[in-house]
Amino acid sequence: MSTISEKELSDYRSDAAAWFAENTNADPGFMLPLTFMEVGTDQQFNFLREWQHKVYEAGYLGAAWPKEYGGGGLDQKFQTIATEEMAKANGPIMLNAIGLNWAGPLILDMGTDEERKRYIKGILSAEDIWCQGFSEPENGSDLGNAQTKAVRDGDDWVLNGSKIWTTQGNYAKYMILLARTNPDAPNKYAGLSFFLSPMQVDGIETVPIRKLTGEYGFTQTFFTEARIPGDSLMGKEGEGWLVAMRTLEYERGVKGGQPGGYVMRASDPFEIVELARKATRGGKPALEDPVIKDQLIQLMIEARSLQLNSKRGHIQPLVQDKPASLALSSKLMATEFMRRLNEFAITLQGQRGAYYVGEPDAYDEGLWQRAYLNSFSATIGGGTSQIQRNIIGEHVLGLPKS
Amino acid sequence: MSKKATIGFSEEQAQLLEVATTFCRDKSPIEKVRSLLENERGYDDAIWTEMAELGWLAIAVPEEFGGIGLGVAEVVPVVEQMGRTMMAGPFVSTTLAAQAMLVGGTDEQKQKYLPDLCAGTKATLALSEPHGDWDLTHVECTAERLGDTLKLSGRKTFVENADTADLLLVSVSLEGAPALVVVERSVLPEGTLRREVVIDETRRSYQVTFDGVEVPASALLDPSKTTAALVHVDLCASLLLSAEMCGAAASCIDYTVDYLQTRKQFGKKIGSYQALKHPIVDAHVGYEQARSHLYCAAFNFTQQGEGEVATRIAKAQAGEALSYAADRAIQFHGGFGFTYDCDAQLYRRRSLWCENQFGDSAYQRAKLAELLL
Repeated sequence: MSTISEKELSDYRSDAAAWFAENTNADPGFMLPLTFMEVGTDQQFNFLREWQHKVYEAGYLGAAWPKEYGGGGLDQKFQTIATEEMAKANGPIMLNAIGLNWAGPLILDMGTDEERKRYIKGILSAEDIWCQGFSEPENGSDLGNAQTKAVRDGDDWVLNGSKIWTTQGNYAKYMILLARTNPDAPNKYAGLSFFLSPMQVDGIETVPIRKLTGEYGFTQTFFTEARIPGDSLMGKEGEGWLVAMRTLEYERGVKGGQPGGYVMRASDPFEIVELARKATRGGKPALEDPVIKDQLIQLMIEARSLQLNSKRGHIQPLVQDKPASLALSSKLMATEFMRRLNEFAITLQGQRGAYYVGEPDAYDEGLWQRAYLNSFSATIGGGTSQIQRNIIGEHVLGLPKS
Repeated sequence: MSKKATIGFSEEQAQLLEVATTFCRDKSPIEKVRSLLENERGYDDAIWTEMAELGWLAIAVPEEFGGIGLGVAEVVPVVEQMGRTMMAGPFVSTTLAAQAMLVGGTDEQKQKYLPDLCAGTKATLALSEPHGDWDLTHVECTAERLGDTLKLSGRKTFVENADTADLLLVSVSLEGAPALVVVERSVLPEGTLRREVVIDETRRSYQVTFDGVEVPASALLDPSKTTAALVHVDLCASLLLSAEMCGAAASCIDYTVDYLQTRKQFGKKIGSYQALKHPIVDAHVGYEQARSHLYCAAFNFTQQGEGEVATRIAKAQAGEALSYAADRAIQFHGGFGFTYDCDAQLYRRRSLWCENQFGDSAYQRAKLAELLL
């Protein structure tokens, strides 16, 4: 029943293009993070927070979210256009990724009106940074085994335990939190509840984790007799697993509409071609090495695979054999591809591949080395590649459980 | 290569995919495939007649020559399903010969031959030579003009179904340049065909010696179109081989998954072991990518430049996908996988054939490097 004219859309596109062309500053003079998981300094944080705020104020973030909660109230098509133009302008990532892509859509879809009024606008404007409390030190990919406890005490809940890989935990005002409210439930999933927990309360402490890149971006969060208000509970007590699983779906924008922006800036194989043109191996241009050429072409092919898979996913007769296959495979394919692409970019550089960020002679300021080390965040986080293979094996190919 | 790869699927492709899926499943069960391994002809002529009646040989031929007027893109789902059931026969060789005639033939030749090819006359290509170069313009067989006839000499290899094909499209060097001639099998003297022992036993491949064979000068295809015809046939063949390999990869994976779901060792179904589960998932993911490239290539086939890029990618990826799936299929069937009775060998043998015709994956990537870098 869409009555949007082509002209409206194309006008919107040219406005967005002009705005991003004028306002994008992808090079503030220091290295910007490639993903929201790499925000390691206050300088980066402040720059990105201001950028997100600016994009929101201009109407290019949350354009399709309801007006009464701070969105733009437009059709999703407009947001898609805005996001495309942002990408074309090579704009920085959106800082508040957990808020925008997990918490926001969840609250819009399943939250109460009061929750929507309280949280949505702050998510869009980057006023309120959100983090996620799912993984635990002893339970990485095994979310259902979460042990952090929430015990009711009067009107409050009292938290004890620890969460890990809390992205931007040190900046966050709120956490989406999966905690155990009933250790005696009939199964491990039934004992979990979901909270929209404040972070700035006594008894919640975050400790930065230094990553393999040498940078920061994650924290471990400790809860020690931390008291949060009773209305932090989202949904019903004991139904936390369902809410958590719904939350993971929002990552792909299945429900609630995509707020826009992007949380990752992927390395582009076409940029690798540029690198291959300038890099030397053993004193010769990398592109003169036939093995390098072969591998480069293979990676360009795989980059296309990702694009084509997503397009073929919409052609029903070509996916009817195994309808869930492409959707369930995309995370594995995309993240493993990025890891190998970045690794290859280092190989291309020959001896200079051994340089790292900070070395003036490093190609592209050591971007590829840093990107490679960081790329493991995606092949481990959100379910490791090995877990993804189990999921595909069991849900697409019907193999018995591991 | 454009940054945004495209894919599309026509109504006709959808219909053909549906019909071919059922047809091939019904006509080519695995027992049938195995029984034809022993058969000299290698395929069931009754099924060939049925395919002709379904109009499949006419798909990519214009209506003015008795065809249906669709494109090679519409042949793809049919060949994919043939590959899926390892159906043997001269469908692809005949389709390719018709395409060579369509692009390289004179109007007279097209009028003369294409309606018959659409109706079920069998044909094949004789392009490969013992030197083994995948470059189709590298031709050492020769033709010499003797008045109104052409006298051929030299040897062709990997001529599929040469024993039952009525027509052979043969590349020769004529006056120093590649040329194509159409040879009716009936003019070949006794003893010119030698059946080759090839790794894919579902196929019938021949060496053909043309020494002393004479054909009328009218058998020469339009010399001004030889290059275009060779390029077209090269890409058509690569596309259809990709389709065949994608189909085979799908059923090879299904076949192996069935085994992993039922076979028990150490008290557990072996598909629950990650050492087997993860590689078969990788095989599946590889197949999914190959299939996306296949239909991208089909969709872009007629686009100048982009068609060649997409087709070479499709061939490279389908080759990798089927090789890996079939290789793992043998391994994962354990001791049984080492036997002739296990179908895994059929897939692996087929993949080795398909990959090595018209350029293997590394060759395709080398050609892509020339195009893209």
